[in-house]
Amino acid sequence: MKPDNLRFAKTHEWVALKPDASGAKIATIGISAFALEALTDLVFIELPKKGRQVKAGETLGEIESVKAVSDIYSPVTGEVVEVHDGLSERLETLGSDPYGEGWLVRIKLSSDAGLSELMDEAAYEKQCAEESH
Amino acid sequence: MPVQYASIVAEHQATRTGAGLFDISHMGRLVFPNLAALAPLDCLLTRRVVDLAPGRIRYSLVTKDDGGILDDVLAYHVPAGAAQSAHPLLVVNASNREKIVAWIGARSSPGELQLTDQTSATAMLAVQGPKALELLQPVVSVPLPPMKYYTCASAQVLGHPALVSRTGYTGEDGAELIVAAAAAEPIWQKLVEAGATPAGLGCRDTLRLEAAMPLYGHELDEATDPFTAGLGMAVDLEGREFIGSAALAKCKNDPSLKRRVGLELDGRRVPREGFTILHQGKAIGRVTSGTFSPTLDRPIAMGYVEHANAAVGTAVEIDVRGRAEPARVVALPFYRRAKTT
Repeated sequence: MKPDNLRFAKTHEWVALKPDASGAKIATIGISAFALEALTDLVFIELPKKGRQVKAGETLGEIESVKAVSDIYSPVTGEVVEVHDGLSERLETLGSDPYGEGWLVRIKLSSDAGLSELMDEAAYEKQCAEESH
Repeated sequence: MPVQYASIVAEHQATRTGAGLFDISHMGRLVFPNLAALAPLDCLLTRRVVDLAPGRIRYSLVTKDDGGILDDVLAYHVPAGAAQSAHPLLVVNASNREKIVAWIGARSSPGELQLTDQTSATAMLAVQGPKALELLQPVVSVPLPPMKYYTCASAQVLGHPALVSRTGYTGEDGAELIVAAAAAEPIWQKLVEAGATPAGLGCRDTLRLEAAMPLYGHELDEATDPFTAGLGMAVDLEGREFIGSAALAKCKNDPSLKRRVGLELDGRRVPREGFTILHQGKAIGRVTSGTFSPTLDRPIAMGYVEHANAAVGTAVEIDVRGRAEPARVVALPFYRRAKTT
């Protein structure tokens, strides 16, 4: 199942934006199904600590497969307010439910920096089709 | 050959428990016209081949004058058959094929070693795993189980002329087939129908690494000698001379040489080629190959370290992208198949 308002970064992270009770924008971040399929055979993921301030485009963590390691980039700017605990023990979740149980972190936005760079699903799919060639 | 057909781990497990099917046609196949070539070839190889009996295969190295490794190869004595006279065959690494052809030309007497590069005219398939032989046998005209490891025989495979060998690069039992290029596809299809799992370059690497088999360009290169590489068994210095033998006789027992070791890590992060190996914070060597071992469910690596730090059990660290990950020296291979019969 896909969350509403799904937006994609060029670097294959997805973002779902939702306001919290106080009206602040909360971004849930994950990795796209396309990227996970290309990685296959995941062995390790490293996520940031709660409370970390990140800027759009900064490294958020890393994901490693038998084949190679890839950085995970933050598509947004703000504070990491929630980290998906236990995900590293259940890496198969990423592949089986990338847009649901495979979420990585939630970030409380401190600015809208980076948001305008994000693509809708159609534009992202076009990018993936081009990368597959 | 693709990196993977489906998943590296799934293909790896299929080879360890069933049968993996590999297209290894990229390997170089150099055919010599007759057995007169064995004597001049002997001068180019670290192991004796003049005495290679019909149907025998020997692992050997090609070294430079200074003992550095130009390639690791398999030398075959292809026995006489209906369509051919007995002759030697060298199977060399794809990336070294042109270099070795040029080396043979440059370092033998003119006209002494005529060879035909059969790499593009033929294809090479490997079937590896505990079920490889039973899966292959129905399509191969010669009985496979009586064939010893490192022997070859002329045969028919699905009616196509083939050279069948009991060889491989996975640590499993199995066989390799050399056939005319056009015969590869029907044989491949038939073996897949029979239950073989197509297996790519990715799992070929995880399989050979678990079996601690060196790979040219990683563990082996022109700056590395066979003793450092732990391949002393592939060097025969007794009563013979070959290119590199004088240098190798000198370095045989040199304690200043680094040593190839196996490393196991406790974490999940994978050491990759080129990463630094440290002992109590001091650099002692370099990773040559690393992966996540599907069989051991942990990262493993091979690399070269100073002799003083090469003992099994030595605690070391590997610099994995700026973080020192604990590791220890372990005995090679990481994986040894259970002996069947």
